[in-house]
Formats: sequence, structure tokens, C-alpha cells
Amino acid sequence: MLTTSLTRRVFLKSSGGVLAGTLALASGPIALLAPSRSWAMSLDHLSSHEGEVLLAMTRQIFPHSELEDAVYALTVKDQDRRAADSETLDLLQQGVAELDAAAGGDWLSLAETERLVQLEAMAGSAFFEQVRGPAIVTLYDNPLAYAHFGYQGSEGNAGYLQRGFNDLTWLPDPPKPAGGYLPNESV
Amino acid sequence: MAMTDKQHTYSHDDDSVVVIIGSGAGGGTLANELAQQGIDVVVLEAGKLHTRSDFLADEWASFAQLAWLDKRTTSGSFRLAQDFPNLPAWIVKSVGGTTVHWAGASLRFQPHEFQALTAYGAVADANLLDWPLSYADLAPYYDNAERRMGVTRTHDNKGLPGNNNFKVMHAGAEKLGYSCNTGHMAINSENRNGRAACQQRGFCFQGCKVGAKWSTLYTELPEAIATGHMELRAESHVARIEHDDTGRVTAVVYFDAEGNEQRQKARLVAVAGNSIETPRLLLNSASSRFPDGLANGSGQVGRNYMRHMTGSVYATFDEPVHMYRGTTMAGIISDESRHDPSRGFVGGYEMETLALGLPFMAAFLDPGAWGSRFTGALDQYDHMAGMWLVGEDMPRDTNRITLSDAAKDQYGLPVANVHYDDHPNDVAMREHGYRQGSELYRAVGARDIYEVPPYPSTHNLGTCRMSERAEDGVCNAYGQSHEIANLFISDGSQFTTSAAENPTLTIVSLAIRQAEHIGQLMREGAV
Repeated sequence: MLTTSLTRRVFLKSSGGVLAGTLALASGPIALLAPSRSWAMSLDHLSSHEGEVLLAMTRQIFPHSELEDAVYALTVKDQDRRAADSETLDLLQQGVAELDAAAGGDWLSLAETERLVQLEAMAGSAFFEQVRGPAIVTLYDNPLAYAHFGYQGSEGNAGYLQRGFNDLTWLPDPPKPAGGYLPNESV
Repeated sequence: MAMTDKQHTYSHDDDSVVVIIGSGAGGGTLANELAQQGIDVVVLEAGKLHTRSDFLADEWASFAQLAWLDKRTTSGSFRLAQDFPNLPAWIVKSVGGTTVHWAGASLRFQPHEFQALTAYGAVADANLLDWPLSYADLAPYYDNAERRMGVTRTHDNKGLPGNNNFKVMHAGAEKLGYSCNTGHMAINSENRNGRAACQQRGFCFQGCKVGAKWSTLYTELPEAIATGHMELRAESHVARIEHDDTGRVTAVVYFDAEGNEQRQKARLVAVAGNSIETPRLLLNSASSRFPDGLANGSGQVGRNYMRHMTGSVYATFDEPVHMYRGTTMAGIISDESRHDPSRGFVGGYEMETLALGLPFMAAFLDPGAWGSRFTGALDQYDHMAGMWLVGEDMPRDTNRITLSDAAKDQYGLPVANVHYDDHPNDVAMREHGYRQGSELYRAVGARDIYEVPPYPSTHNLGTCRMSERAEDGVCNAYGQSHEIANLFISDGSQFTTSAAENPTLTIVSLAIRQAEHIGQLMREGAV
């Protein structure tokens, strides 16, 4: 998912592009998980520009100001996989081309408020839904998102009985019997 | 070793067996109760056998593993028809049925809820009817069910310990003058009957890996197999039920794991496929003698589909909550479950803690939504508390399961179409619930409140309802079909009305009562 550097293989790939970036936050949960501050992701079907537009568009649809581009890039990688299907690839490429045309060349050159106006106008279109629908799953179903939003995922497997299931302290503890009993606690 | 490895097996030509279709709360319980009486039973389950060690602590992966994903279609004005047009229900296709996925809430119906028509009076555009049995009739079976399922706060089973989500609900309940505790849950609060105490994993919906939550998968079904009177056949998808010239059912035709058609003869057939598949099967079994489907002389098969009035309220706070830690639903307020028409609707609703993991919170918070209000909720995910509202919805002739004209399943059988329009009573109750839930959280300092629309239905009810008179329903007070003496309905399809409470305890209680009745009828030679 995250590579330590832009590898030779990525640059030698002929058909697709590459998404790359640097983590904005040097500390925090995602930085802890990442092997390096710079990241890169190869694309098999989409060009680098198409990938960048889709990433920016997804960020605009699901805006989280402090969520790293590296997480949004996972949704682009997912779209790139879906683009193995030629109809999907056409839909994505045409959609990006339309955005660029509406921006007079490069959608990425627009200010965020202008981008939003364009997205609001195209909400519900096949292209918009092709980007939004899968992203609602991909963006929030990965370890980086779990870390960012504070969801412990499969850590729960072992049970939170000894790991904070009732560690909330800013409200009074409910009295017994309403609040129940621990397994080894007698009534 | 699989639990079925050493089970007794029956020949396809053995016409002395009772065939039960479905292995969930209704079918699994009925199977065990009959087998304990020495009655030979074959259980046909469409899903695979997944054991506790297979369960996944991963919402989407578990959904792919357990959910009933065979195609269905939807129509009607309920929001699910737009949000999830091919997923009207969130139920399970796996051995144990939806008892693998359920949250464990085990509330008895209130006495007046068995007499909805009498208690509420006629409601326009609703098809209310009194049940043909009373609370007193079912009370001893509720006792039995609570004991076997280990329901907390009944029969000396202590209450589960409250988690963080419960603490928020409880504090808000105190401010509003509600009473609130960790509920009647069929989840072990201590080690019991060879099953462990709840470890507060927070994956109740994904299958309880430690087996603290009651499921037929690791209670009723293995107990039934151990009697030597029950054979469980997983991956056996029933296509139709056959009958003879006298109109008695004689065999069940199903597709096995390899997709080969098989025919199991039967002395008696009990259908427990959940309230979408049960009527679908009866309708798909139409014959020249029963052109509208089996047990459908009244035209009521598939009608009165109920899914409960539901909705959720999530709220965010300045301080962290981590609602996903611990038992998903151990926190219940029953104050609004009373019948009090001064609130603007008949019947009532329960308020129950609920938490979703991040992936499902994103999927279900506001399906189709995007932009900063939506993402603002997820930004506060670990500071969020939540509750589910579940209340009585109105039975309606037009809310119904029918066979699709066009869509077919993997076996070429017409799929079910689920049609549902919210009744004005359902809408008024949901609005009231949203208001009360929001007030509860505001009373403890909520920052933002999110009123969340219904999820795909886990409570599917009605569609083959019990009735005193044959023309009003499909089966009698024992689930025996009015039209065919040896055909029984054994799941929530029997429900005459939905009541406010989560249905599983009542399904199990009815199955225990039905098993006793079937045993008696068989001994008398009546079926």
C-alpha cells in the first residue's frame, strides 16, 4: 500500500500513471503506521493526472481536512482496479475530461470552492456515483482510516472487557443493578 | 470435526421425517424440541456451516461471509427502496440463520400487544388484528425460552456490565426521567452452560466468537444432533414444497451444494425461512390444486409484511466515548413502549444502545450523502454515542412479499419483491423517537445530533400471520396452516402484529409451544 520510495518499477510501467505524495503530518496515528513520510502508488489503467483529479474529487466529496492524501489514494487505487473493465475506464476518463474542460484545461487549477460548485452540479450523475459509491466503502474500511478516526477494528477480537469497554469517566458511573456486573462480580 | 460429522442421517425416501426449512431462531429451536421428543427431523438450511472460529472481526468481510445476498427487489415509498434497492433485509444465510447476527435483546411482548386491534381500535389503512393467543398462553413458554437462552435479568441471570455507550444513554435517561438498564439480553453475563461470559468484543452482529450470545448454531442444533434424531443439511436451498391429491404436503424439493435437485419426503413440513423467504417459498410452490401458492386460500400469504418502525439517533460529545467497544445493544429504555395515543400514534417503541464500526457507520449514517455535514459526523466517530429505535409498525394488506415478474435467482426461481410504504403511524412514531432520543443526548451535552434512517431490516415479520379465522390469515395459534394440516409456519412470519419488542424471544417461545403441539398431534395420529 505505502511504498518507501518511488521505485524503478513504478516509473518503468508504460500504461498507467503514479500517485505520489508526502504525509502532511509528521506525527499522529497514520505517520506511526507509515514506513516513510513519502508514499507512491502505481496505477495500471488511469494516468497520473486522472488519478490526481479523482483523488481531489474524492477529497471534495468526503472532505476530512486532516485526513492524509495517502488514504484518499486508496480509493483511487480501487477505481484503477475497477477500470480494468473498459466501460468503467471510459466513464472515469470521460468524467475527468469533462471536469478539465469545464475548468478550461485543468480541474486541479480551480479553487476548492469552484470545484465544489461543479461537483454539486454533477451530483447523481453516473460518473459522480462511480466515484462516490465505492469510496464510501474504501475510504473508511482500511487500517489507516481506522487509526485516523479512532476505531480499533479487529483489536476488538480479544474483547474490551479488560481493555476499556467501560473506561468513560466524564459521566457518573451508573448505579447497580441498572449498570450490571462484571463476569466475576457477585450480585 | 464438523458438528454434522457423526449425525444420524435419513434417506430421501423416508416419509416419516419432519422436514424443517431454516435453522434460525424458529427452525433451530423447533428442531431441537422435536428431536428431544424422539421425533426424527431433517433440517434443510440454505446457508453454509460457518463455526465460531470462522467469524470475522471485520464488518464488510463478515457481511460477505454471513449475509443473505441472493437477489431481491424492492418497491414502495420506504427509503430503503432507494438506498439499498436489492438489500431490503440484513439477515443471515448460514447455519443458525439470523441468530448468528442478532444483537441478543430478549424482551417479552406486553399483554396488550397480543390484542392490537382491541387495544388500539381500528386504524385507517392498517390491517390490525388480535393474535389468536394471549400473553397468558405464551407466558410459560417465555419462561422456558428465557431459561434456555440465559436471558439476563431473568431467572437469576445477572445483568451485563454497561459499556461506554450505555453510560451515555443511562446519564441521559436519568435527566429525562426514563429508567434504563443493561437490558434483557440472551448473552451470558457469566460462564453458563458450557458457554463463556461476554468478553465485550463489540462484534455481536458479526457472530459471537466466544459463544456468549445465544445462537442455535452452537446450542439447539448440536443438542438436537446429539439426540440421534436430527440431520442437518447445510447448503440445501429449498425450491418448492410438494403435495398429494388429498392436499397434504409430502415432500420438499431442494438444490444441494452442487446445485443438484433433491427431493426429501416428509410426514410434516415446517417453514422457517424468515418472513421474506417463507412466503416466497409458499408462493413458488403453487400447483394446479393451489394456484395461488400453498396455504394461501385467504390470499394473505405475503401480506402484512412488517419490518418494525426503526431509526437511529447518534450524538457527538466533547469527550471520547468509543461506543464500538463492548456489547452492541446492552442498554434499553422501555418507557416509550407503552400504548399512549396522546403521543400521536398507537403502539410504542423501545430505545436500545447501538454502535456500528467505522465502515458501517459510513455506509449507513446517511446513504447517498456527501459533503461536510456527513464527514463532520465521521470526524467525531470516537466521540459518538448511539441508540436504535424499534417500535410497532402497522400491518397493511399492501405491504407485501410477491414474486418478481422478471428477476430470477441462481436456480431460476422468481425472487421476492419486498413492497413497503411507511404508514402515517410509523412516521409519527419515528419522529417522536428521533425527538426523544435527541433530547436524551442533548441533556448530557451533545454537540451534534444525527437522525439516521432505517437500516436494511433484520426484523422481518408477518407475511403468514396467525389468525383465529382462516380468512384473516395463514395459520392458527400453533402456526399450523389453516389450509394444510401438516404444513406449519415456524418463524416470525406467524406474527399477527409486530409489537414493539425485538422478535427473537417470541419466535423461540412460539417454536417451543409449536413443538409441544406437533408432538401431541403426531402421537394422536392427527398429522
